[in-house]
Amino acid sequence: MFRDSGHLIRPAVVLLLGLGIFLAIRAAVVPKGFGKYGHYRPQALALIRSKPISFAGQDMCLMCHDDQGKARAAGKHAHVACEACHGPLADHANDPAAHKPVLPDVANLCRRCHEKDAAKPKGFPQVVTAEHSGGVLCNGCHQPHNPHL
Amino acid sequence: MEMTRRDLFTIGGKLLVLASVGATLEQIVGAEPAPDAYKMADHWWGMIIDIDKCIGCGNCVRACSKENKVPGGYFRTWVERYQVAEGKQPKVESPDGAMEGFPPLTDENIKSFFVPKLCNHCADSPCTQVCPVGATFISPDGVVLVDPDYCLGCRYCVQACPYGCRYLHPETNTVDKCTLCYHRITQGLTTACCENCPTQARQLVDFKDPKDPVHEFLRHNMVQVLKPYMATNAKVYYKNLDGSVR
Ligand code: HEC
Ligand code: HEC
Ligand code: HEC
Ligand code: HEC
Repeated sequence: MFRDSGHLIRPAVVLLLGLGIFLAIRAAVVPKGFGKYGHYRPQALALIRSKPISFAGQDMCLMCHDDQGKARAAGKHAHVACEACHGPLADHANDPAAHKPVLPDVANLCRRCHEKDAAKPKGFPQVVTAEHSGGVLCNGCHQPHNPHL
Repeated sequence: MEMTRRDLFTIGGKLLVLASVGATLEQIVGAEPAPDAYKMADHWWGMIIDIDKCIGCGNCVRACSKENKVPGGYFRTWVERYQVAEGKQPKVESPDGAMEGFPPLTDENIKSFFVPKLCNHCADSPCTQVCPVGATFISPDGVVLVDPDYCLGCRYCVQACPYGCRYLHPETNTVDKCTLCYHRITQGLTTACCENCPTQARQLVDFKDPKDPVHEFLRHNMVQVLKPYMATNAKVYYKNLDGSVR
């Protein structure tokens, strides 16, 4: 049957060569696993997950700062997270000795949440800060962790 | 049987197809599995936003910008203040995305309220559909993400998003957007914006968790998504959203 097989070998070589080039290019340009979950690189998920965290979360703060935690739980700021006032402190939480937090700037802090604004929900405690405080810093009268007087 | 050149080409062609299918399968099966306890299949993330609780303090905007190192002047989340006077176009403002909150509004006689906005993590998102290279996608747990190493910066997706939630990062020249703090929620933390919302106006929810309060919330409240007519299947639900909000 392979009487005149000579003329078959050349196209066979060409085909195999083409196949080889195709596979080589494909392996080089298509990222590993592409298509595993959809039309994208699954490695992207791990890449995005590897971003560092800035806000430790209040559960973390409570492990070491029991006093402030108790004070806060007793007052109206019970549901205001520590870092909502103190800013991102993951570095501090991981190594308190190396990263000492800067205390919040009270002159701006309370105003952001409590300045009177007609668009705020009516039930939210709000004051015209300039009139209300008479120029004294808010924490001169209110305890930040439990603001009720 | 006589083997002709035509036969050889036919068989060769079939082999070529088979080989490419095989190579694709190898690519898919050969990928290493995720090494940790987080199971993507067990989650379907979204958010609920209660308009009646938002005080417009801008904590979410600041927190997001710090957590995700969002470049100045760009926003992954922002807050708008609406003033809706009868028979007039609503006035919408968002000074610097509400990074520093809002200047006080004194007029009590106009309907006014705050609307926090972010990527809606749509289940049928137009943004992921237009990407020519597969650099933006919805993850198996329902978060719309961008692969920064694969994005070309062509901006099709920026145009396709009906909610204006994407931007081109000025330094990397790749598209950037809210990741729903994917690096946090996959390790049991909530998003930076929800962590820092003092009134719980915004809450991260997991629709696949039967114990999540979202089910109760959806059962008992009037909820709405933004631009429902776009049929994007948005997963950010707003409670008591005014009809004027776009
Ligand atoms: C591992 C234990 C630990 C954790 C977790 C921790 N802290 Fe601290 N924190 C400390 C210690 C110890 C100090 C005292 C550091 C000093 O005085 O040098 C401190 C000091 C502080 C101070 C400054 C007190 C002052 O008088 O200046 C603040 C504010 C603070 N922590 C807030 C937080 C917040 C918010 C968190 C949560 C993100 C947190 N901490 C998590 C141990 C911790
Ligand atoms: C409403 C905003 C607010 C919240 C919420 C808050 N803090 Fe504070 N915290 C402050 C302010 C303001 C100060 C600075 C007080 C001062 O200078 O007198 C402070 C001071 C501190 C200090 C220094 C010691 C002290 O008591 O003065 C620590 C430690 C601290 N906070 C930890 C926490 C922790 C932990 C939480 C969460 C449980 C928390 N804070 C929640 C506003 C807040
Ligand atoms: C991140 C937003 C935020 C910041 C910053 C903040 N608060 Fe509050 N504050 C709240 C919330 C939320 C409540 C609870 C409102 C409610 O119960 O409806 C509250 C309640 C209060 C109340 C009412 C207490 C009562 O018994 O009725 C006072 C007073 C108060 N805060 C003072 C302060 C002072 C002083 C500061 C600055 C040290 C401050 N707040 C900073 C969010 C904030
Ligand atoms: C001179 C003392 C003093 C200073 C300073 C002060 N407050 Fe007060 N504040 C009070 C008293 C007294 C009350 C009423 C008692 C209460 O409700 O706890 C009050 C009540 C409040 C309330 C609750 C209002 C309501 O409708 O329930 C808020 C919010 C508040 N203060 C915020 C602030 C903020 C923000 C600052 C800083 C700009 C500030 N306060 C500074 C004395 C002070």
